[in-house]
Amino acid sequence: MTMLWHLARRDLAQSWRSAGLWLPVAFLLLVASLYPFAVGPDAALLARTGGGMLWIAALLASLLPVDRLVAPDRDSGVLDQIALRGIGEEMLLIARLAAHWIGFGPPLMIATLPAAALLKLDGATILRLEIGLAIGTPALAALGLLVATLTAGLRSSGALAGLLALPLAVPLLIFGAGTLGDGSGAALKFLGAASLMLVAITPFAGGAAIRAGRE
Amino acid sequence: MSDAALRLNDVACLRGGRLLFRGVSLTLGPGDGALLTGPNGIGKSSLLRVCAGLLPAFAGTIERTGGIAMTDERLALDMDVPLVKALGFWANLDGAGRDAIDRAMAAMALTPLSDIPVRMLSTGQRKRAMLARVIASGAAIWLLDEPANGLDTASIDLLGRAVATHLAAGGIVVSASHQPLPIAAPTIIAIDAYLAEDGE
Repeated sequence: MTMLWHLARRDLAQSWRSAGLWLPVAFLLLVASLYPFAVGPDAALLARTGGGMLWIAALLASLLPVDRLVAPDRDSGVLDQIALRGIGEEMLLIARLAAHWIGFGPPLMIATLPAAALLKLDGATILRLEIGLAIGTPALAALGLLVATLTAGLRSSGALAGLLALPLAVPLLIFGAGTLGDGSGAALKFLGAASLMLVAITPFAGGAAIRAGRE
Repeated sequence: MSDAALRLNDVACLRGGRLLFRGVSLTLGPGDGALLTGPNGIGKSSLLRVCAGLLPAFAGTIERTGGIAMTDERLALDMDVPLVKALGFWANLDGAGRDAIDRAMAAMALTPLSDIPVRMLSTGQRKRAMLARVIASGAAIWLLDEPANGLDTASIDLLGRAVATHLAAGGIVVSASHQPLPIAAPTIIAIDAYLAEDGE
């Protein structure tokens, strides 16, 4: 447990120092401010489509930090040094996922508030959006980490990461945006299930990818 | 460290479809040092990584008793933090205290640099920082890949002294180098002697 804490604390300190924390936030706000220019200032249209737009923005924002999640540590030998200490790749990825979500999920949820105001979303929609993001951002963080482990040794990994992540993110998008217009709560349960699955498989699939990439 | 052991039995290494070496056997106990020699590209680093368990052996068995600390050409220290904090991260994972870091930095003459960010260190200072990470780890088995690269004469003396201290305390040191190292009475493994014939 102490070990997990030491690993996660280093990751948090690094993302704080590298200012990578602000990239997804800035991206989300930028999309929210550009969207009204593209579709026009029709408040009813913005309110109807804005929630789904923010889900797309959150999904794309999760791809921005992918290239700094695993590759730098792999190249600088940190992953090997951790393995030498008998710490499994799965443990490392659990710590990294927790740290990555803390630096990604809550800031994105806070940025959603001004973004929702720009898109004229009403209170009930904002509440559903925030609940959906609270459940969905761990999965987006896990997906980013998973494709980061898969593409760590490759050149131009950023583009490939996008191609790998987007198909896997489709269920999150369907159920996440689905929660906005659904009063029964079914979409929320599906979103929770999809999120749980991505979070659960990431440490194992990512650990296998790191081991396979070791030469 | 008194029960430290490293045993290689008939180890072969296959990389990129090419058999680098085979039939390497080695038995090291407390206080034993080994030196891997041979020209560039012959498989010294691969053998060290096999010893560390980072590469699977293509054939043969490896037994390790005791913790492993390793240096290679990669620094594995965070560039933006002061040296003492970068070393502190690894010491935390190793369960070593602040005094272990202080001792290791003193052994490598790095104490005056402890508050300097790692990215400001020169090549030789970085190499010494890596060695300080190994010393602070408290691991019984040291695997050093070209530890003297980039070090000046005074620093090579420090390295020799650190290795001698570690061996006297019952540790094991395996280092790979194409240049002579100040390690007393090592077992020399010339990897040239274990090359696989072409076409296999």
